[in-house]
Amino acid sequence: MMASMDAKVVFLILTFSISVLGMVAFVVALIQKQVLVPPSAAKSIFDQSEMGRAELDSIEVGRNQWRMLDQSARTPILFFIVSSVIWLAIGSIFGLLVSFKFHAPEFLGTQSLLTFGKLRPLHLNIITYGWLSPAALGVAMWLVPRLTKVPLQNVKTLFAAGIIWNIGVTLGCIGIFVGLTDGLEWLEFWWPFDILLAVAGAMIAIPLFRTIYLSKEKHLYVTMWYIICALIWFPVLFVIANCHFLHSGVEQAIANWWFAHNVLGLWVTPLGLGIIYYLLPKIIGHPIASYQLSLFGFWGLALFYSQVGMHHLLGGPIPTWMANLSIVMSVGMAIPVITVAINHHVSTYKHFHVLKDSVVLRFIVFGAMSYTVSSLQGSLHSLRSFNYVTHFTHWTVAHAHLGLYGFTSMVLFGGIYFALPRLLGRNFKYPWLLNLHFWLAATGIIIYAVGLGIGGWLQGQELRNVNGSFEQSVRLTMPYLYIRSIGGTLMLLSHFLMLYNVLSILRPQTSEVAK
Amino acid sequence: MNKAYIFVLGGTSTITLSIFIFILMPRIQVHNINKEMISAQAPYTENELKGRHVYVENGCLYCHSQQVRDPVAGADQHFGWGRPSLPSDYIYDQPHLLGTMRTGPDLSNIGSRQPSRDWQHLHLYNPRSLVEWSIMPGFSFYYEVVSASEKPKENAIQIPGKEGQWIIPKDEAENLVSCLMSLKRDREPVKASEVK
Repeated sequence: MMASMDAKVVFLILTFSISVLGMVAFVVALIQKQVLVPPSAAKSIFDQSEMGRAELDSIEVGRNQWRMLDQSARTPILFFIVSSVIWLAIGSIFGLLVSFKFHAPEFLGTQSLLTFGKLRPLHLNIITYGWLSPAALGVAMWLVPRLTKVPLQNVKTLFAAGIIWNIGVTLGCIGIFVGLTDGLEWLEFWWPFDILLAVAGAMIAIPLFRTIYLSKEKHLYVTMWYIICALIWFPVLFVIANCHFLHSGVEQAIANWWFAHNVLGLWVTPLGLGIIYYLLPKIIGHPIASYQLSLFGFWGLALFYSQVGMHHLLGGPIPTWMANLSIVMSVGMAIPVITVAINHHVSTYKHFHVLKDSVVLRFIVFGAMSYTVSSLQGSLHSLRSFNYVTHFTHWTVAHAHLGLYGFTSMVLFGGIYFALPRLLGRNFKYPWLLNLHFWLAATGIIIYAVGLGIGGWLQGQELRNVNGSFEQSVRLTMPYLYIRSIGGTLMLLSHFLMLYNVLSILRPQTSEVAK
Repeated sequence: MNKAYIFVLGGTSTITLSIFIFILMPRIQVHNINKEMISAQAPYTENELKGRHVYVENGCLYCHSQQVRDPVAGADQHFGWGRPSLPSDYIYDQPHLLGTMRTGPDLSNIGSRQPSRDWQHLHLYNPRSLVEWSIMPGFSFYYEVVSASEKPKENAIQIPGKEGQWIIPKDEAENLVSCLMSLKRDREPVKASEVK
């Protein structure tokens, strides 16, 4: 008994000292002006000829100075991207089925395998681990050589990691179908399958860190900051959160939501923001509005976002100080969000006309706007007065989709559409299909987020109404659940289009074969 | 070499601080509370644990919470879901099933709110036969339907409004209902020192 208590105290002192030492070291580094960046650094993503010139979606054959770096790891990058797009199509089929089941509960209900409670975690896990993570990693692998001017290291390891990762996701999904699940939201994959994901994750992170170590750039561009930290944060989160033996009961709920919100805040968000920070200035042909400001945005995110998770348990049986801390941090998130928003939107505003010519920029700008909206929404409904209405309702689901779809997925769509022609040295055969994808997806997510958001808000009002009934809270959401299915259908259609687009550019076109 | 180490350092320290707050602190603080209290929840029996797995496997937690909020936060008590939850209510829960959605009602005290096993079985078999506005999926695959003029088996239940039609719950359904029956978190927790 005493021994275990001592170990705990030692652990406490150790983690606290490490974090404080880290902060001190960081402040010292700041004072020594190691981190303050020269304004010229913002221009490091351009070649001399590229400044002031918009770079549109399609490439001009034979005029691409980045080609050597782009193609240094073509095979694993393509593998990550293509597999993620296939998972996206599968995951969103499950998503739409789940959506239908809300207003047609008997639909496909006689089979144990297709019951609502299995399809819902399948949708969430496939989208998180099958689509978002490998797609973001694929785009990051394409960016790292460009930003370090070093070819990607250990290409075969990366490819093997892609295969292991996909086996892990496949087994995890089969597990959920047959009832092998850890039963924690966002962590459903049975833990032995999670080991595969952890191993693959390490096999991805090490080559990327080796590449970064060899960097020829004196200054690391802002995108790299986000990528470096995301690559540290996610493995730590994933491994600790999957040690289920550590916790039970309320402590486990705390660990669960610590992980679940950090997957968003410390994994997909930094990768998504990193991609915006690269592609937005790249496409408009001008550096980001204020490079110094991006420093605030980054460190604000690192500090605040890692502690917001408990707003998922407000009103629940958790220590009050912990809930309060998360509320303060969630509101604090407004600082990095607003600085990033100023940076992104001012840059766009000055070069708005490029949106007419670049579909990729449409995806990126839509993503940047969704990030601002969904993050401010997040700060707002972490406040108790607001949270008491929105907690336990469809509002949260609408908010999650605005963040993970409106922001991250849209940015990844843009990133993939920009990277593929540059990786393959050929253009999309039907560029108008990219545009159609954009409009379907954008219309879909707006219908989804607005419709379901209103439904959730009304539901939340009813769950607070002491003169009302639970029945009423179910009945009044029905129209909004139908609206969600309409939005979801448009989104699913857009994903099939994307799958076609991505698969069709992989095939050499007839004219190339003739040569 | 470049400035990557600053980001490695900064990133590592923020995540370590976050681990300290949300993984280690609750371990120490909540664990001590648990030792002082005996839960309102009794330890689960073997069948209840099996039923708990059926609950997890079929994703009940995605629509049903098991945490009751303070009256300030919502009409939870008005709906009959019992007193606000305490950390000690969950000391036997692994995995935890606190939930985050209330597409369906909270189940913290379903064992005392709806103590009829027959009602639970008929509701699981076809929710809309008892609650017309329900959007819960039915779990008919955990039941056998039998036509007979007399009760065909000890645990068979007649389907209301259908003369001679019976449902016989499979083991999964029996265990699931046992698990639901065990949820009586509207009782007050007892201090460990007062038990013996």
